[in-house]
Amino acid sequence: MRNKTELNPDKTEPERRTAFKQIFRRFGVAVVGTLAGHAMLRSRPAISAEIIRPPGALPEPAFDSTCIRCGLCVEDCPYDILKLASWTDDAPVGTPFFVAREDPCRMCADIPCARACPTGALDPLLTDIRKADMGVAVLVGHETCLNYKGMSCSICWRVCPIRDEAITLETIKNAKGTLQIPTVHSDRCTGCGTCEKHCVLSETAIRVLPRKLGLGQPGRNSAGRDKV
Amino acid sequence: MINFIKIICTGIYSKRWLLARRTVQLFILLAFLYQLPLIGDIATGNLSSSEWFGTIPLTDPFILLQSFLAGSSLAYPALIGGLIVAAFYAIFGGRIYCSWVCPINMLTDVAYWFRQRFGIKSNLSISKGLRKAILLLALLLSFSAGTLAWEIVNPITLFQRELMWASISGSLFLLGLFFFDLLVSRRGWCGHICPVGAFYGFLGHFGRLRITADKLESCAGSACSACIKVCPEPHVLVPVVSQKGNKVISGDCTRCGACLDKCSTGALSMKMDLGHRRSFKNIPIVTKK
Repeated sequence: MRNKTELNPDKTEPERRTAFKQIFRRFGVAVVGTLAGHAMLRSRPAISAEIIRPPGALPEPAFDSTCIRCGLCVEDCPYDILKLASWTDDAPVGTPFFVAREDPCRMCADIPCARACPTGALDPLLTDIRKADMGVAVLVGHETCLNYKGMSCSICWRVCPIRDEAITLETIKNAKGTLQIPTVHSDRCTGCGTCEKHCVLSETAIRVLPRKLGLGQPGRNSAGRDKV
Repeated sequence: MINFIKIICTGIYSKRWLLARRTVQLFILLAFLYQLPLIGDIATGNLSSSEWFGTIPLTDPFILLQSFLAGSSLAYPALIGGLIVAAFYAIFGGRIYCSWVCPINMLTDVAYWFRQRFGIKSNLSISKGLRKAILLLALLLSFSAGTLAWEIVNPITLFQRELMWASISGSLFLLGLFFFDLLVSRRGWCGHICPVGAFYGFLGHFGRLRITADKLESCAGSACSACIKVCPEPHVLVPVVSQKGNKVISGDCTRCGACLDKCSTGALSMKMDLGHRRSFKNIPIVTKK
């Protein structure tokens, strides 16, 4: 633009006009870029249900904005279960996660991962690991679970770090005989994934899911009968 | 024998800034990977946030700014780390990060070296304003989408993740970046695209560590311009070589010292510039046209 005016001094554009042109062009770039980029960011796939955040993690949109992808939690985990997501993982790039079936959270009493977090994306106020909420275990394979078949595998119940509180065995009698049904109590389960890791089936019958996916919610009206 | 030592010494002397830079870059990179026998970890974390010797937090202010815009409330270890880093670069000069810390600089420098070696002339010229536009977009998108927008592509932390967790996804991106600098655009990534460099350029705009021409009379000026030929951001040296000023005052200067290695007249030096902007021979320093 400047060259043009220098070459043709007769046809000079007022300086204010060139300034406005430049401002509009920049504004256009910013608007178009933001819209296109925003659409791209919004169209990212949702976080996979297999991705479990370390204990004390903020709920998801807040975690994504607060975590600065430094990996200090990953380095402080004594069992090396955590990993920072790369482009091929189903989580925002650089955020920490673990996969319970591969390596579950060992529920360290001092929660070193949350202590290491510099931003509070892992809640520094979480002091009792039993209050952590990484998800909730759900017995999804009713047709394959050995206890449902009348055997007494009960491995999920035996390995549970909060045994008899997070998972109990409930006795049910039906046509198959007496069944010991592993029953998860969502108020006690931390979602550490130890049960999922140890399930003896080739594809686990008990899985840690985000609470939103794993739990039913009561309807508007209370169900069930009051005292007769 | 003496001649041999002399050759080595002059060789080292003529690359003293480059060697110092590589030493610092490699030290920082290896500090994250290895431990010292008695002290233990030198640094943990990565270049977005780290803890040195188990006590000193350091946080990248650009990533912290994205996080803040994305809607996080700032917690204090990260905030303190961010302030330490921001204060350092604001006082000394922002783009020191680019040439002394950033591991991608080594990659793009290798690409540039190959470019010189094989005489690759192809060059897609990109506006210097592009990185500023990308910086603006990264901040706007962080705000609108609630995520750390630049961290999705940021090759700096990507590089460290590839090194530390030895995964291969993303290595292709780094390879692409290398070939972009080698074949497509001269100094393309660091000089024209990377918004981290643009951010540190703004942050260190008034940084006081400056390339200074003390003995401007011994400088041959535009007849020599050896410094401009090696400078990764050649425009910053123009006022000095055209003898319009005696200091490099642009925030784009990375303080890499390539000009000091190359300058045979000894006219240039790197100094803390605590005085006011002085004019040279009554000619006022031209900052912007």
